[in-house]
Order: sequence, then structure tokens, then C-alpha cells
Amino acid sequence: MDLAALKTQLKNFVQSMFEEGVLDNQFSQIQALQDSTNPNFVEEVITLFCNDAERIINEINRNLGYQNVDFSNLDSYVHQLKGSSSSIGANRLKLACANLRQASDERNKEGCLQAVQLITCEYCLLRRKFQALLHLERSIVELETNQK
Amino acid sequence: MVMAASETKFHVLAVDDTLIDRKLIEKLLKTSSYQVTAVDSGTKALEFLGLHNNDHQDVEVNLIITDYCMPGMTGYDLLRKIKESSSFKDIPVVIMSSDNIPSRINRCLEGGAEEFFLKPVQLSDVNKLRPHLMKRTQTNVNKRKAMDEIVSPDRTRARYNELEVN
Repeated sequence: MDLAALKTQLKNFVQSMFEEGVLDNQFSQIQALQDSTNPNFVEEVITLFCNDAERIINEINRNLGYQNVDFSNLDSYVHQLKGSSSSIGANRLKLACANLRQASDERNKEGCLQAVQLITCEYCLLRRKFQALLHLERSIVELETNQK
Repeated sequence: MVMAASETKFHVLAVDDTLIDRKLIEKLLKTSSYQVTAVDSGTKALEFLGLHNNDHQDVEVNLIITDYCMPGMTGYDLLRKIKESSSFKDIPVVIMSSDNIPSRINRCLEGGAEEFFLKPVQLSDVNKLRPHLMKRTQTNVNKRKAMDEIVSPDRTRARYNELEVN
């Protein structure tokens, strides 16, 4: 596939993520910050985000595994995940966090477990799409480098 | 005696416990041509400024931008410590938060913060920083000239006095 076609494919792919509400405008802001001085910026941010999100989701699950759930601890983790999601523009994941926040506020363990399932779903979807996005980005960089 | 010529770039100290947010704010600031030091806690921010040491490091920081919600020392706590320090109270402080809570915003502004940014912080927010920095530059130049003119026989004592919290 030629460079122009790859770039169009990437653009359309990101656009579809916006349309599905998976990503919001904040992600465009992050893309706009990538430049020649920092050509891997988007990839670095995505990697940081995914590592962080997985760590937090694991902690949340661990917390919910206890007989007596420490809800204030849980609150702190949800807050972190919601913040990170917001920072990268992960719109649906951010909204899923709000569900967990509510259930945690209500000290509703069952509600929390359900909310975490949704969060995990949204995160897995997002990660798959990010992986596809990065694959396209890397192909583009490779082609651009070869053309020089 | 003339002070060393000021650097062309303003130096911003960014404080945020979240790795991704630290990366973002650093990039936003660098894109806006600021020199950046990013730390992950209020304690580290104070250490960088030299508030923990009696041995006064001459670190030039022109603005501090800090997250509000941090474990241990919050952004508000950091703001108050800066404003209560005779050495650093004139450094403009900006607070960032993901929560839009009017009482929190008011408390920060009343506590001496110049601006309160809602996260995620955008380039348009960072553009609002420059006026606060430009305003300070002239004040600092005047202050340093005044200090140079004061002849103090006991410079050590004067230094410790500066570090006392009122």
C-alpha cells in the first residue's frame, strides 16, 4: 500500500473511533502535539496509558475480591483511571468509570462488580483499536523512512 | 553589581503525580517554548525549589503549575507553602484539576493561585500563562536591584530571616 493510502486509512480509522465515541477531541490534541522533535509522542502516550490502565484495573479487581471492600481505596483508583482516560481522550472508558464511581459511592459491591466488567470491556476494545492504530502509524513511519 | 542576564526561556515547574498527565503538561509547555522541570509530588517540588534546605539553592523558577489531587501534599497545600515563604511567594502558581468544583476553585484562587485549569489541560490554557510571567519579570528585576544595594554586614542572619515562615 502506498504512503498516501496508508495515511488516509489511519485518518479514517481515527475518525471512526471518534464517531463511535471511543475517542474524543482530547485525542486530537495529543496527535497535534506530535512533531518532528517528538515523532513517537502518540505511541509513547498510548503505551503509558495502557500500562497505567491495566495496573489500575487489576488493583480494582483485587480490591473487589476481598470480603470487606475498602471503598475509599476503590474511589482513589477509579479517580485515577477516570483522570487518565480523560487525559488521553478515551471517552467511553471515562464514562464507564463514572458508573463505577456511582456504585462505589453507594457502597454497592454487586454494582461495582458489574461496572468493572463494563470497564474491562471498554478497555479491551480501546486497546485493540490502539494496537491497530499504532500498527498503521509504524507502517507509515517505515515507508517514510524508506523513501528518504 | 549587575545580575546575570536572564535566560530567554521561562522556567516552569510542573507538579503532577500521574505519569501520563506529567508527560502531557511537559509537552504542552515545551511546545510553548518554556523550559520545564516535572516532578511527581509537592514534596519534590519544594525540594527542587530549595525550601527544605537551609543552603539556599539559586534555582530560577518563573511559574509553578500543579495538580490539585495528589497523595500527601495536595496542590492547595503546596500553593499555601509557596505563598507563605518569603523567598518564593511571588512565584505565580496555577492549579489543575479534573474535578469542576466551584468551592475548590474559589479556595485556590483566594489562596493565591493565578489561574485554575480544568483537566485535560489544552494548549489554549497554556497560552494564558504568559501574561502572569511577563508581569513578574519586571518586579523581580527591581527587587534584585534593591537587594544588591542593601549592605548587610551579617549576610547569614539575613538569609535565615528570609526562610522564616510568618
